[in-house]
Amino acid sequence: MQFAFTEDQLAINLAAREMLVETCTPASLRLMLKDGRAIDEARWRTICEMGLLGMLVPEAAGGMGLGLTDFIGIAEAAGYVGLPEPLVELAGVTIPLLARLKDNRGLLESALGGNRVALGHPANRFVANADSATALLLGDGEDIHLVERVDATLERQESFDPFRRLFTVQWAPSPATLVAKSWGDSAERGALLAAAQMIGLAQRCIDISVAYAKDRTQFGKPIGSYQAVKHLLANAQVKVEFARPVVHAAAAELPLGTLAARARIAHAKIAAGAAAELAARTAVQVHGAMGMTWEVDVHFFLKRALALGSSWGTAGLHLDTIFERIGTVPTGPDATFASELG
Amino acid sequence: MNLTYTPEQRAFRAEVRAWMEANVPPAPLPSFDLTSEGFEAHRDWERRLNDGRWGMVTWPEELGGRGLDYIRWLIFEEEYYRAGAPTRVNQNGIFLLGPTMMEYGTPEQKARFLPRMAAGDDIWAQAWSEPGAGSDLAGVRATCTRDGDHYMLNGQKIWSSRATFADWAFGLFREPGSERHKGMSLVLFPLDASGVTRRPIQRMDGKLVFAEIFLDNVRVPAADRLGEEGQGWAVCMATAGFERGLLLRSPARYQVGVSRLIALYQVHKHRLPASMGERVAQCWMDAEAYALAIYAMVSKLDRGGKIGPESSTTKIFWSELDIAITSAAMDILGQDAELTGEENDWLDDYVFALAGPIYAGSNEIQRNIIAERMLGLPKA
Ligand SMILES: Cc1cc2nc3c(=O)[nH]c(=O)nc-3n(C[C@H](O)[C@H](O)[C@H](O)COP(=O)(O)OP(=O)(O)OC[C@H]3O[C@@H](n4cnc5c(N)ncnc54)[C@H](O)[C@@H]3O)c2cc1C
Repeated sequence: MQFAFTEDQLAINLAAREMLVETCTPASLRLMLKDGRAIDEARWRTICEMGLLGMLVPEAAGGMGLGLTDFIGIAEAAGYVGLPEPLVELAGVTIPLLARLKDNRGLLESALGGNRVALGHPANRFVANADSATALLLGDGEDIHLVERVDATLERQESFDPFRRLFTVQWAPSPATLVAKSWGDSAERGALLAAAQMIGLAQRCIDISVAYAKDRTQFGKPIGSYQAVKHLLANAQVKVEFARPVVHAAAAELPLGTLAARARIAHAKIAAGAAAELAARTAVQVHGAMGMTWEVDVHFFLKRALALGSSWGTAGLHLDTIFERIGTVPTGPDATFASELG
Repeated sequence: MNLTYTPEQRAFRAEVRAWMEANVPPAPLPSFDLTSEGFEAHRDWERRLNDGRWGMVTWPEELGGRGLDYIRWLIFEEEYYRAGAPTRVNQNGIFLLGPTMMEYGTPEQKARFLPRMAAGDDIWAQAWSEPGAGSDLAGVRATCTRDGDHYMLNGQKIWSSRATFADWAFGLFREPGSERHKGMSLVLFPLDASGVTRRPIQRMDGKLVFAEIFLDNVRVPAADRLGEEGQGWAVCMATAGFERGLLLRSPARYQVGVSRLIALYQVHKHRLPASMGERVAQCWMDAEAYALAIYAMVSKLDRGGKIGPESSTTKIFWSELDIAITSAAMDILGQDAELTGEENDWLDDYVFALAGPIYAGSNEIQRNIIAERMLGLPKA
């Protein structure tokens, strides 16, 4: 029993986080919007060169052979910076899925090299970044089809989050496009990694609000010296502190695949969603009218939190898994860890 | 990161479980907050625990413990609560003063006090608060006046839990004339010493959960001061860290509470609205989140880390969780909730939970600490 990251894990996380924080500043996001770009190709190349896309792919298949506990901190960091590029979905869900296919039609190597594959999982209504993908993995019930970009008709759906380029996709499933009969643990991975990003987003909302509250003065004092403002931010931080360990535990337990493990992921998604929602609302409140504006950066993180909150299953849907868990699997102080529950 | 127990940890759990099954009294002991018989029954239980060497498993063997790490302490606590063992009457000794003495005590103090504490021979009360010094503890006025190698203690303490029947107290005093955080000392004194008067205070339900302590020229050896003279504030803050952060309220307590809540919910489910199920599920999630956060904290401690101001988030979380659990139970019980009969064992828990956001530093004070020391916001 060791509920802490190893030195290696901390080192990988730190390297990725530093790169993301340095390159993905709010100023750079605004520049991208001005140019109409949802992907920064230079950063994408860096992500690729750092090997982040292949972290969860077995070494024999050209990856690093690492696990979700190695990657979870990077997903948090991607949330923290409001990363526009689909690093988390690709490295965490799509590429591991490609690696499991009997025949990935050369797409695994291509994706590890930086070509993007879009994902149309049945948990989600829309396919993100389909326009800049070389191919799409699309669901037809539990069946998975691999569809070339040219064989799909895309219709753009405008998201409140300007960096989420969403599409509905029209395509014709055929025996030739069928590549697998099951999504495996993709839905769990998606929910877990959305949760991790929401932890990062929540912390970012708190951090920018703290900075603002130190700077902005009213009644002759920084607003951050007023207790009402302090307590808003403290409450948001408490929510984060008791959602983060759930997310980290979920990363460690996901591979077990049991109901107890799935309930941990559901809990992670619910708790991180609640933390991000509270932190984003708190950020607006602490910024006053500025918090409502385009000019202040809060909205980047609020919008992403809103989008991720309903991606990969809403809180209500995940609550059903919690009910199933507490109704059928033992609860209590000796039933904390999924590894003890079979 | 590895969320599986080692075979040794599993064997340890089995050992604790077997001992608890063989030793935990089948019926609950009489309350330690009503009569000295109830108090002494709990002392006997402490002695029995100590005979099994379970008094305080993290302490070194020579001081009455087993020298175990905190992960094993958590496993011990899990089995303790799972077995429904009696509430620790010496909790302010073993969980607050004990760890502080480990850090600040002289070898003589440790040898003299800790084994007796682990054995339940001395039951301890915390005597910090005063009528004029609650949240603002630096406003303490009770004095310790140096008289050669002794102190004379004078003043009034209040809200001292279990002091009505306890044996010793650890009190916060100041040198006459000193102000605020300076000149304070933490001094140990026997509650039956000459010059000490105890007046029990009734809780809203009549229980004598705490007491006032009046000190009138109480003479104690200066050797019974814990930590340096004048450094009492720093010593107290170390204690407060344990109190808020880790030891006082182990997660197992709430996990057992939630399991009881789920069972209660199952019984009454047919007549309850769906929203009640959501509250129960939220309680379960929060109790799990608390357990995981403490496992993370303990993993850090076992690797030599320290608990910082994040202990304030812990205190807010467990106290609010306790209220969420017990108030959900009260709502499920409906009109039976107000009945005081024996069969309503939730009422006492509910009343107790109401105090959680007040003691161990009120939650408002914890929020100030989070804002100022974790987030770096300016002082008012
Ligand atoms: C069940 C129970 C057991 C206890 N056991 C012990 C014990 O064993 N030993 C001991 O020494 N003490 C004990 N206490 C006392 C406890 O530590 C104090 O009650 C606590 O520190 C609060 O002090 P107070 O009651 O004087 O409230 P006050 O300090 O008067 O506070 C009243 C209200 O004002 C708020 N408030 C005060 N200051 C601020 C501020 N700066 N900002 C925002 N809000 C503020 C508080 O949060 C609270 O809501 C116990 C209390 C209870 C309820």
